[in-house]
Amino acid sequence: MRAVGWAPDMIDSLLTPVALLGRAVISVTRSTGRLTLFLFEGLSHIFRPPFYGRMFWSSFAEFSYFSLPMVALIALFTGMVLALQSATGLSRFNAESEIANLVVISMTRELGPVLTAVMIAGRVGAATAAQIGTMRVTDQIDALTTLSTNPMKYLVAPRLLAGTLALPILVLVADVVGVAGGYLVSVFKFGFASEVYLSNTLNFMTTLDVVSGLVKGAVFGLLVALLGCYNGYRSRGGAEGVGSATTASVVVASVLIFVFDYIITELFFSR
Amino acid sequence: MSTTDHNGSGRNSGTKIRVRGLRKSFGDKLVLDGVDLDVETGTSLVVIGGSGSGKSVLLKCILGVVEPDAGVIEIDGEDLLRLPRKQQDVIRARIGMLFQNGALFDSLPVWENVAFGLLAENKLGRADARKFVPEVLAHVGLAASVGDLYPAELSGGMQKRVALARAVAANPEMLFFDEPTTGLDPIMGAVIDGLIVDCVQRLGSTAIAITHDMASAARIGTCAAMLHKGKIIWSGPADHLLTSGNEMVDQFTHGRRKGPIQMELRK
Repeated sequence: MRAVGWAPDMIDSLLTPVALLGRAVISVTRSTGRLTLFLFEGLSHIFRPPFYGRMFWSSFAEFSYFSLPMVALIALFTGMVLALQSATGLSRFNAESEIANLVVISMTRELGPVLTAVMIAGRVGAATAAQIGTMRVTDQIDALTTLSTNPMKYLVAPRLLAGTLALPILVLVADVVGVAGGYLVSVFKFGFASEVYLSNTLNFMTTLDVVSGLVKGAVFGLLVALLGCYNGYRSRGGAEGVGSATTASVVVASVLIFVFDYIITELFFSR
Repeated sequence: MSTTDHNGSGRNSGTKIRVRGLRKSFGDKLVLDGVDLDVETGTSLVVIGGSGSGKSVLLKCILGVVEPDAGVIEIDGEDLLRLPRKQQDVIRARIGMLFQNGALFDSLPVWENVAFGLLAENKLGRADARKFVPEVLAHVGLAASVGDLYPAELSGGMQKRVALARAVAANPEMLFFDEPTTGLDPIMGAVIDGLIVDCVQRLGSTAIAITHDMASAARIGTCAAMLHKGKIIWSGPADHLLTSGNEMVDQFTHGRRKGPIQMELRK
């Protein structure tokens, strides 16, 4: 609509930000809806036969076994740097004995699940999007349909399940290795008594810390698998389309990991 | 009449595939604008038409990987789009499809590609499928040892042959070919066409092939139709393609730059 007497360009330029905002909101709402429908369709196929055990196991191995070295390495250095940082901070209050506490709580509640999930988003989520995206643009997904195979059941459901089950295992490994990293620095660098550090760790740690971390792991795993599958499945237009699907899968999964991290923490720990 | 008994003997009568008023647009681009098509049982129809004339979309609509906006698709007299999805899938399982670029699953070895449909429908176990695959590969002129290779290790012509083997492995009643000779040298193109004709005759299938390769059209087809701007503008016996008397078909089959069909080129 154009108002008489006003420079139409001026109205347009005033309205542009509003229009952009409106468009952004509509597009976010639309993608959220699509993503949610995709999730429910994918999940529903987990419980309905036929089941593709091979697809599940290969994807489970990709999520868990082949990611183990990287996850362990990152957790080790995270635990070590946590101990190092907290030692310098806590020494000001003569509270070095709290290092074990700080390391174990940070690792189990936050850093274990979040760092692992972000790493997996980069490693497996991106690969999933690239793989499914390539299948889409080379008609392999259509070929599945013509060979009496539902692509949602064959490609998506096994990956969603694998991500959800594999991430808690990785988180557990990250917890243990992270605590070990803290132990190494505390014992060998700062000269803590080994048994004191370990007993401190065990005394401070609660079941809730670990369980909340594992639940986060499961949710993040589902998110990473979901975003990888969704973006790959919807990719269009050759190599470029697959490329942007891969980027989107990592970026959106990473953002959602932090958003859901807050939500789950709120659910577990806010009273 | 469109009834057919399924013991194979009745494959020579009636309309196998009947399409009426099929419409599909993507966004504001109208791709199929009311396509009417009849394919008689046991015949091979070649659909010719320029790039972007909607040939692939037509096949994909019948295959159920693209949902049409309107129209009727009947197979053996059954109105496909009005059936529940499960029953549609049962009917579509009788169609074998050769995709333009093969669309082989690159994460699976050749033998699993070929046996994929049989495994999916539980017609064969993995061990039996493995034994059965060399027989299918032989029909397309490939040695049994190819079964252990991965698609990326094959040449373009071999990939096409494996894709053909995969399409015919389950003895489908209907076979669709999407530009089977595109990207192949003329000799390999002729070889693939020969294999296609062999397979169609051996199985007694009803076939639809889309192509813009006139030599290929003449070899594969018993009848032909031309799709232009989302409509069928001509149909007739395949050997009348070059002498149809239709200006657009003439321009297309003879590859003339000037004529009723204007390419949308920016000057």
